[in-house]
Amino acid sequence: MADEALFHFLHNELIHYAYKSAEQGEVENGRCITRLENMGFRVGQGLIERFTKDTARFKDELDVMKFICKDFWTSVFKKQIDNLRTNHQGIYVLQDNKFRLLTQMSAGKQYLEHAPRYLAFTCGMVRGGLSNLGVKSIVTAEVSVMPACKFQVMIQKM
Amino acid sequence: LSQQTNTLNSELFTLTYGALVTQLCKDYENDEEVNKQLDKMGYNIGVRLIEDFLARSSVGRCHDFRETADVIAKVAFKMYLGITPSVTNWSPAGDEFSLILESNPLVDFVELPDNHSGLVYSNLLCGVLRGALEMVQMAVDVKFAQDTLRGDNVTEIRMKFIKRIEENLPAGEE
Repeated sequence: MADEALFHFLHNELIHYAYKSAEQGEVENGRCITRLENMGFRVGQGLIERFTKDTARFKDELDVMKFICKDFWTSVFKKQIDNLRTNHQGIYVLQDNKFRLLTQMSAGKQYLEHAPRYLAFTCGMVRGGLSNLGVKSIVTAEVSVMPACKFQVMIQKM
Repeated sequence: LSQQTNTLNSELFTLTYGALVTQLCKDYENDEEVNKQLDKMGYNIGVRLIEDFLARSSVGRCHDFRETADVIAKVAFKMYLGITPSVTNWSPAGDEFSLILESNPLVDFVELPDNHSGLVYSNLLCGVLRGALEMVQMAVDVKFAQDTLRGDNVTEIRMKFIKRIEENLPAGEE
């Protein structure tokens, strides 16, 4: 079993790699974010593929989201999502008050501009996990005050 | 559930590593470049990982290369990858040894595609070891001598002590 720290170090290195040869600017930043998100997507798919082999099928969409918030989040981040909200029309907001991949950075408003790159991979993981559970989505994230962040999942009708 | 959780956690790193290698193979023209990149990234991880290791392991300063080898195999590998490679094949001068891994957690479910015969899939590990040891004043050369992914029976990492490093050189990043 690989230690959690290894993943954190590797994740940081992925971000460093994605941005290493990138020029400044919106477009380039967008590309880097997309790359990280795509890598996360593949990992999310892979995680769900193995994890839910023996688990019973889910009742409905909300059940799937609860699974992400509890089981999936605990397995990946050693804690559950702190708060789940939904408008019951396909939009879910997952709040993590102490997001593990942000706790290394200073708490508060410093480095806020860099936060998106630390969230991109995880957004991809969620999207990938959902994808393998038969749910198509768009996942974004925002940080207001580190290390708290919110992941927004928009279910796409297939 | 805890058993499932353990399985999942291990796969998170393994899967992420796989995604990285896949991405690098897309970004670089040849396997040699990918190997180099993996080594560099491993190095960057190693120079930070050593602090985490020293903080969590309460291992003191190693007096010689043999002690270092034991700590790497029995403490570090165990802590980070959950495996304990064996330390063998010491050179007569005591400056070179092998780590034999019966199983390599990085390569679960991995198959090398035909057109990547030069890829050293787990090369990140070599960089990690090199970077970590550099931070404790040891310059070493690390490479894979055998690889189960390439058809060998075991995975063998060969480590060679090059020299002691002066204390006040700043940490590099590659």
